[in-house]
Amino acid sequence: MTAHDHNHDHDDEHGSELSETQLRVRALETILTEKGYVDPAALDAIVETYETRIGPRNGAVVVAKAWTDPAFRQALLSDATKAVATLGHVSKVGDHLVAVENTPERHNMIVCTLCSCYPWEVLGLPPVWYKSAPYRSRAVKDPRGVLADFGVELPKATEIRVWDSTAETRFLVLPMRPAGTEGWSEERLADLVTRDSMIGTGLARKPGELAQ
Amino acid sequence: MNGIHDMGGMDGFGKVEAEANEPPFHARWEGRVLAMQRAMGYAGAWHIDHSRFAQETLPPQVYLTVSYYQRWELAMEKNLVDRGYVTADELAAGHALHRTRPLDHKLTLDVVRAGMARNSFFRQQQGPARFKSGDRVRTTNINPATHTRLPRYARDKLGVVERIHGCHAYPDSVAADKGDDPQWLYTVVFDGREIWGPDAEPTLKISIDAFEPYLEPHLEPA
Repeated sequence: MTAHDHNHDHDDEHGSELSETQLRVRALETILTEKGYVDPAALDAIVETYETRIGPRNGAVVVAKAWTDPAFRQALLSDATKAVATLGHVSKVGDHLVAVENTPERHNMIVCTLCSCYPWEVLGLPPVWYKSAPYRSRAVKDPRGVLADFGVELPKATEIRVWDSTAETRFLVLPMRPAGTEGWSEERLADLVTRDSMIGTGLARKPGELAQ
Repeated sequence: MNGIHDMGGMDGFGKVEAEANEPPFHARWEGRVLAMQRAMGYAGAWHIDHSRFAQETLPPQVYLTVSYYQRWELAMEKNLVDRGYVTADELAAGHALHRTRPLDHKLTLDVVRAGMARNSFFRQQQGPARFKSGDRVRTTNINPATHTRLPRYARDKLGVVERIHGCHAYPDSVAADKGDDPQWLYTVVFDGREIWGPDAEPTLKISIDAFEPYLEPHLEPA
């Protein structure tokens, strides 16, 4: 990660100094509100949605169901948009979700080299590293090096398939189910499914890695 | 355009560093920027490809040194001004001063609460798909100064069609204000060595989602 990625202007709501960016954003919201283009209450609700309702747990539930329900797994792999829509408790999904399955022979990794395309509906907002130059530049050329940055090492023979999200298609990795989880409930399994395992920069947690 | 945003395969940016327990937003203003962008998109002020192109046209030294949501904010200002919704003197004043272009829709609380879905990018097909799964194709060698979704590293490369995603709005056309110009969209997969040469990781396969104009049939020599 380069220095600029740490260059966030941290709000200091109780302080008196406002950064230039804070002032610009505040001015913009004032202008757009005065013109009637935006409704601040609707903006609040959008922010709240991403802060509290949409996150990787949505995707983890999908993965856990695919691990336990072969018919759902098949439906997910053939049309992820349709399959995820059948789970009423997950946020609305756009038309272009594709799920790709990890196997012992193939590991999938998702990147957007041109910008930051990411399946918001099932994973929430992308982390800073996903949008950063180091990840975007290296994922397509040196994915094993990137995996090493995440502490992941795969067998030398495993095919590494990198999906560059260059259009409106959004990809969700279906990670491999860890051994030793036979008979687990979907809810318990979902605790093993990390955000990174659904991007392909990580693996699902093993039962022993769960916080007790 | 061959801009700094087209980063696939570049060296020198260093390690990927993940932040533990990263929050959705690192500052309140980031959430406001995201929300305004969504609201203006819903209102039909511009298309997502216009946002992307506006970011790509930021000077490279700016693109690389500002944060992600600062890029969004700068791109939003550019689209607001270029498309006649806000004037430069209004931005400087921090208030609305003029009557500007009206918008047909407005994102309301009710709409957000009902659950906003992503737009669909499917479009009515204009003709049959030129390629089918398994076809060998060569990507075109194009270098437009405008927006394109064919990354530099994947130009003039031999690949195989793996999936067909239907007809979609064509970003190269949309970003240039030339309409949807719907095109078939394919996942095309390349061997790592086709992209990076003989020293590439031998187990690497890379795919892009390629619009039909990016592809030419690869005819085997007789």
